[in-house]
Amino acid sequence: MSTALIPYTVEPRPDTGLNNVKIGMWLFLASEVMLFGGLFAGYILVRGGSMEWPDGRSILNVPLATINTIVLISSSVTMVMSWASLMRKDFGKFKLFMGLTVVLGLVFMIIKYTEYSSKFSHGLFPATNAFLAFYFTLTGLHALHVLGGMVVNAYYWGPGAAMWKTDPQRFTNRVEAAGLFWHFVDLVWIFLFPVLYLL
Amino acid sequence: MSQEQALGAAPAAAAADHDAAEIDRHVRTYIGVFVALMVLTVVTVGVSYIDMSSGMAVAVAMFIATIKGSLVAGFFMHLVSEKKLITYTLVLTVFFFLFCLLMPGASNSYDASV
Repeated sequence: MSTALIPYTVEPRPDTGLNNVKIGMWLFLASEVMLFGGLFAGYILVRGGSMEWPDGRSILNVPLATINTIVLISSSVTMVMSWASLMRKDFGKFKLFMGLTVVLGLVFMIIKYTEYSSKFSHGLFPATNAFLAFYFTLTGLHALHVLGGMVVNAYYWGPGAAMWKTDPQRFTNRVEAAGLFWHFVDLVWIFLFPVLYLL
Repeated sequence: MSQEQALGAAPAAAAADHDAAEIDRHVRTYIGVFVALMVLTVVTVGVSYIDMSSGMAVAVAMFIATIKGSLVAGFFMHLVSEKKLITYTLVLTVFFFLFCLLMPGASNSYDASV
């Protein structure tokens, strides 16, 4: 059974000086930079070549997006606090902060749903114009990342937390890796918000 | 084995105390970063209402977003104290991202309006 385990999930790999969980997540995030980066480059190219481009503020809801920015940044803090709680061996605090992270992710998604519904009810769809095509593609892809992060975080808050009893260090590393992903999702939003809503 | 554990217990406890102090220091940093991110979010929205050229507006918005992004990556993602290997990987990623971003603009024959 032990031969089937992934090596270096706790102790650092001698050649990289890092555990495989962390380096694997960073390599994945590097590929994510290229995914969002490609779309971002496409946005700049199309906008630069357009005769006219709508002001994001005239179409989109800036107050709701500002609230969502605050919600996502807050969830990044609760996420890092959940990891810090495990480092302090305080499992109760971990449950609290990880639970808050999932709830804040849910709040973000509900606000996003409200925004999308409002656009659809006004006849604004991805095919309406290039601006909306980029808006829905970028925010939709981002929302899928929020959803994915929420599923993983909810798993570590719930059934996945059983590992804390059997292998606490490995569980802490898992939460740290999930945190890296969650912070990346926050980071992408920090750029999407001004680009789509304010410029 | 039990003897080894007994011998290792005292230094391990001392290390745990050291770690706890270290984590407390981290937590204070996280709270400071959180406040900075909130203030910068308000600034981002605020400056967008100032009348300036579109080029200037893009420069200001991207400048603030870069500061915010660096705070998240540096402190929440621990990049400030992370192993160099990760930094090198990210430098390479940024290089390819910039290449992907600038390549279409660098091509004179391309005209997106056609």
